[in-house]
Amino acid sequence: MLEIKNLHVKLEEDDKVILKGVNLTVEAGKVHAIMGPNGSGKSTLSYVLSGRDGYEVTDGSASLDGAELLEMEPEERAAAGLFLAFQYPVEIPGVGNMTFLRTAVNAQRKSRGEEEMSAGEFLKVVREKAKSLKIDAEMMKRPVNVGFSGGEKKRNEILQMAMLEPKMCILDETDSGLDVDAMKLVAEGVNALRSEGRGFLVITHYQRLLDHIKPDVVHIMADGRIVKTGGPELALEVENNGYAGILSEVL
Amino acid sequence: MALAQAKLDAAEARLAGLDLPKGGWSAAARADALARLRAMGLPGKRDEYWRYTDPSTLTTASPAGAALFDAGDEAPLFDGIDRVKLVFVDGVFDAAQSDDPAAAGVEFLSLAKDIHWAKGLYGVLEARGQTPVERPLAALNTAAASEGVLIHVTGSAAKPVNLIYLHQNETSDAILHHVIKLDAGAEFTLLENGPAAARFNKVLEVEVGDGARFHHIRAQGRDHERRAVTHIFARLGAESLFKSFTLTANGVLTRNEAIIELTGDDAKAHVAGAAVGDGDFHHDDTVFVTHAALRCESRQVFKKVLKNGAVGVFQGKILVKQGAQKTDGYQISQSLLLDEASQFLAKPELEIYADDVKCSHGSTSGAIDETALYYLRSRGVPLRQAQSLLVLAFLAEAIAEIEDEAIAEDIRQRLENWLARHES
Repeated sequence: MLEIKNLHVKLEEDDKVILKGVNLTVEAGKVHAIMGPNGSGKSTLSYVLSGRDGYEVTDGSASLDGAELLEMEPEERAAAGLFLAFQYPVEIPGVGNMTFLRTAVNAQRKSRGEEEMSAGEFLKVVREKAKSLKIDAEMMKRPVNVGFSGGEKKRNEILQMAMLEPKMCILDETDSGLDVDAMKLVAEGVNALRSEGRGFLVITHYQRLLDHIKPDVVHIMADGRIVKTGGPELALEVENNGYAGILSEVL
Repeated sequence: MALAQAKLDAAEARLAGLDLPKGGWSAAARADALARLRAMGLPGKRDEYWRYTDPSTLTTASPAGAALFDAGDEAPLFDGIDRVKLVFVDGVFDAAQSDDPAAAGVEFLSLAKDIHWAKGLYGVLEARGQTPVERPLAALNTAAASEGVLIHVTGSAAKPVNLIYLHQNETSDAILHHVIKLDAGAEFTLLENGPAAARFNKVLEVEVGDGARFHHIRAQGRDHERRAVTHIFARLGAESLFKSFTLTANGVLTRNEAIIELTGDDAKAHVAGAAVGDGDFHHDDTVFVTHAALRCESRQVFKKVLKNGAVGVFQGKILVKQGAQKTDGYQISQSLLLDEASQFLAKPELEIYADDVKCSHGSTSGAIDETALYYLRSRGVPLRQAQSLLVLAFLAEAIAEIEDEAIAEDIRQRLENWLARHES
């Protein structure tokens, strides 16, 4: 589904190279986790895949179901089925959360040549999904992420994911800033979306999120590369020995 | 001296080209206004109050032409609002296109008719508004206007009155002067829209009685080359409410002045504006709010979206007089600059002579938030649509000053249409 080959990326502004040849394939129906120390390039990978400005791809490719992602505008990638749950969801004063969500859902439908969702139908679906994430009507009326707590912001990301029904979900440190209860709620939201046709890439520092979202494959990223790949037991190894042990082993 | 003489000469030259109304009930008020104008002269570029806006094209004897805007199949503004329409074509009242004003449940007369109650009001607030700052173009208006409406609201008006200003002649030069009086406890909504003329000079005097509520929503026409200078003079009684919102989309030159006096305790005055300009566009909001009573509240909320070299100006002042304790004054002026060629000039002022007041003011200029734009796009919202959403979000605080949701929605729709037309 998601196929990243030999991806090299540097910052546009200066010559700092961040990704130094990432190779990764996420199959449909699978959950892959990427773990790694600070500065290893995990978040950069998610930004580059979703089309954020400020990065220059110097080599390699990334495709989703065969479609070359790196050539597309961010909105085209979204329409193609890619979704990034942000580590720091953006506040947008003046734009109502509900308006935002409906605009996004209908924009994607339109670009795929599907019919737009009516206001009534949309409301029904969003209410149901919001309820399972414990997002109340008040939160839907407020401007996007403005005045939301850390947990509310992350739940709002998962709600967007549930409404947009992407093929490929990237979760960038969705566990950061969450207490145990909030993390469980978010993980339940993610697990509810797991399906045969959908792939997940879960980026995290810690093993604890992976207790709730069970990965099929775990990758360790360091210095802009994937240095080790294994099963769920790899995450436990990180938890027990830290990154230092694993890195000294592979480098 | 030479400068002062030039201003006086300009006034005489302008007057020479006008056919001043003679006699009638307003003769004395007009004669006074004429004397004021002749003493002040017309404004010049060197006047401090015109530092950021060149008044020369507003003061010439005849106006530059302005091509007519083709709205295509866009629905007329306020079309879905149940209102009484009064139509002016190039500044001349057109009874045939207008509704019967009686349906609004207000006393209505044309300025040309001889009437009693407006005698003590016509030009009075304009004259009060000449200090501490001179506003010669308003005095010119009082002296020269031969058209306008006089509206007396004695209770809660049945419907809003919509003054529609059509522009059909490319070189028209219109002067309109309206007077509105709300008795104690009365409520009234005034809607205004349209370009009016190639050049438009308008004065609106509003006397808001104790406990009365006045709502004003206007949209200035989109003819790209039109010019306008408008003044609102308002005086508020105790516990009254005055709310005015203006949308300006395009226009080579617009100067909107609002001079508001809070003279009764516990009164509230809100003035707001949303201006969007692309290219040859100069928009100036000049606001002067005087707090002269206890516990009054005033809000000034002005937002401008500028691109391709458009210029926005805000001069806003809050004057708190001695004894006007517990004043709550708020002023914000912000611009969204969509490119580096556009500019925003702001001069916020506070002058306070009471010691127990709360006054805040702020002014900012900024570009579109790139992170927010990326976030929206990452959810599948196309670039242009995402930009429009963020522009509307920027303007939201000003639009929020419109209480009637149907009217606010009309204004939002008009803005969206403008954004769609000015995408590139």
